[in-house]
Amino acid sequence: MLEITNLHATVDGKAILKGIDLTIQPGEMHAIMGPNGSGKSTLAYILSGRDGYEVTEGEVRYEGRDLLVMAPEERAAEGLFLAFQYPVEIPGVPNTTFLKEALNAGRKHRGEGPLDAMQFLKLIRQKTQELGMTDEMLKRAVNVGFSGGEKKRNEILQMAVLEPKLAVLDETDSGLDIDALKTVADGVNALRGPDRSMLVITHYQRLLNYIVPDKVHVLAQGRIARTGGPELAEELEAKGYAEFTTAAA
Amino acid sequence: MLNGNSGATDFEAVFTDRRASLPGADLAWLSELRESGINQFRRHGLPTPRTEAWKYTNLRPLQKVAFAPSHEVSAPTVVGLDRVPSLLPSGEHVRRLVLTEGRFNPELSSIGDLPPGVSLEPLAQAIRRDPGGLQSYLGRIAHPVGQPMLALNTALMEDGVVLRVGRGAVLSEPVEVLHLGGLSDHAVAYHPRLLVLLEADSRAVLVEHFVGLSEQAYFANAATEIRVAEGARLDHIKVQAEGTAATHLASCHVWLDRQATFIGFSLSLGAQLSRNEVHVRLEGEGARCRVNGAYLMRGKQHCDNTTLIEHLKPETSCREVFKGVLDDQSRGVFQGRIMVHRGADKTDGHQLSKALLLSDRAEIDAKPELEIYADDVKCSHGATAGDIDEQALFYLRARGIPEARARSLLIQAFLDEALDEVGIPALHEALLSRVAAWLGTG
Ligand SMILES: Nc1ncnc2c1ncn2[C@@H]1O[C@H](COP(=O)(O)OP(=O)(O)OP(=O)(O)O)[C@@H](O)[C@H]1O
Ligand SMILES: [Mg+2]
Repeated sequence: MLEITNLHATVDGKAILKGIDLTIQPGEMHAIMGPNGSGKSTLAYILSGRDGYEVTEGEVRYEGRDLLVMAPEERAAEGLFLAFQYPVEIPGVPNTTFLKEALNAGRKHRGEGPLDAMQFLKLIRQKTQELGMTDEMLKRAVNVGFSGGEKKRNEILQMAVLEPKLAVLDETDSGLDIDALKTVADGVNALRGPDRSMLVITHYQRLLNYIVPDKVHVLAQGRIARTGGPELAEELEAKGYAEFTTAAA
Repeated sequence: MLNGNSGATDFEAVFTDRRASLPGADLAWLSELRESGINQFRRHGLPTPRTEAWKYTNLRPLQKVAFAPSHEVSAPTVVGLDRVPSLLPSGEHVRRLVLTEGRFNPELSSIGDLPPGVSLEPLAQAIRRDPGGLQSYLGRIAHPVGQPMLALNTALMEDGVVLRVGRGAVLSEPVEVLHLGGLSDHAVAYHPRLLVLLEADSRAVLVEHFVGLSEQAYFANAATEIRVAEGARLDHIKVQAEGTAATHLASCHVWLDRQATFIGFSLSLGAQLSRNEVHVRLEGEGARCRVNGAYLMRGKQHCDNTTLIEHLKPETSCREVFKGVLDDQSRGVFQGRIMVHRGADKTDGHQLSKALLLSDRAEIDAKPELEIYADDVKCSHGATAGDIDEQALFYLRARGIPEARARSLLIQAFLDEALDEVGIPALHEALLSRVAAWLGTG
């Protein structure tokens, strides 16, 4: 599904990623943990195609294709989804319009016709209910005036509507109360399947109790410093990252 | 003065030539009005950037081309009814008065039945039929002193529209005045004049729609004067979609009595050079107005929105929102002046100008001015200019929305704050579709 080989990247000339190797098979769920500033979001943004990062070495293949040459919208239409660590507010664009545009853009890319207003409404009604969101949040402008937790739920709503093949969740659990965490985890689990993969960036082992990963990676100082099973998350929770930050320094 | 302006139109000579055949030439008061107009024009000449009020808008294009009066050219290209654009929803009771190059065109117009107390007729006809009814208003609301382009219109006006809505009458369906230009095969100039009189407690919706049907250069110098009497309300929607080589200068002069309401909106899309001027006098206690607008420019277009809001009585209020989208090398100007006169206490005046620059070479000049001589006044103004929000753009693209579409969504969202002020659903729709067409998403 996703193959990252020896990925190096800089921001403003500053090296952030220093040789990432990571392979995710279809159906797998991987977690990335790591200290603040280690490059987790940078990796997520590079996967989604945001400007401002220079890949200086290495490559990324998504379903066998060179991901890095694709425009952000093409990546999304091909089934890549990033739940943003900091979702963006878009004044003046209603959430429903946004969801409909996004959904129909993907459908068009796949050669499917657009959903009509009725079909679309039915779909988002169902998804919002599943995620414990209100209709009122659909009418409001995208993320404008949403609380931190509401923004995160809104990311998951988008994911649920778009049904991506590879979802990258960047700290979607941060700032969520216990119930919201459970709802978000349910949303993620509902999407799991033999053809879908996930990459979950988190600081908390707590989330991984609900969504059990196949693999846990530690990203420190721009590299995958260690890879293990779910038990690695528990170990990190107990010991912290001291081992990784000093060893690589 | 430059001596390279040999191509310029000698408007004074045009006046001398035409004065005897202009409508109402036999009426002393009207001749005097025209005379004072040409004197004012002679005094000031065509405005140049040396005049403060025209600092950012240069009328150079008018000095390069000799514009013939529209009557002197061969009959304008015949426009089929099916080619007549309209902002009104199509239906049987469309009330539309069409001016082709400034003159009433009966074939294209459909005035239909009017409710009791309402009259709608071409200006030239009104001057013939009932000059006395015009005398106390024409040139009184739009007073040409110190305003050379209005003065020129006053001197040379040949036709236009007179809309009168009697006491308590309600004209709920909009009336459209369509100004069609770009019909001749050479450059013409015309000076349409509208007079709109709403008596106490009446209501009307007026749409002024300027459309150019070719790329021919022409000059539309329009003026509209509006009086809204006590407790009455006028909604005025203007769409300027003149031809790409046109010069469009228009001023709208509004007088509001006690508790009267004026809700104005202008959408500017067309013309090479345009200026949309709105002057509102809040002359009665509790009068209120909205003066809103949007402009979308590209290429080398220039669009100037200049407003003057004068609060003369207590508890008057006005809100202004102008939003501009400027692409390529286009240029926008917003000059907003709010004057709160002595004694106009407890007034409210708010003004906002926002421009979205889609290119590095686009430019906006915004000049807000507040002059306050009264007490307990709430006034504010703000002007911003910026680019597309790159973060928002990326967020949309990261959800699969193609870049061009994402840009359009953001531009539309930016304009909504102004467009949403148009409270008449059918007209709001029509404006949205014009914007969508401009964006290429229609
Ligand atoms: N635009 C930028 N300009 C300069 N430095 C940047 C920029 N973006 C990121 N960085 C730096 O890159 C490093 C990695 O940032 P990144 O956001 O990827 O960290 P992270 O692992 O996601 O951290 P956190 O756990 O706090 O979210 C940080 O040191 C950050 O300051
Ligand atoms: Mg991060």
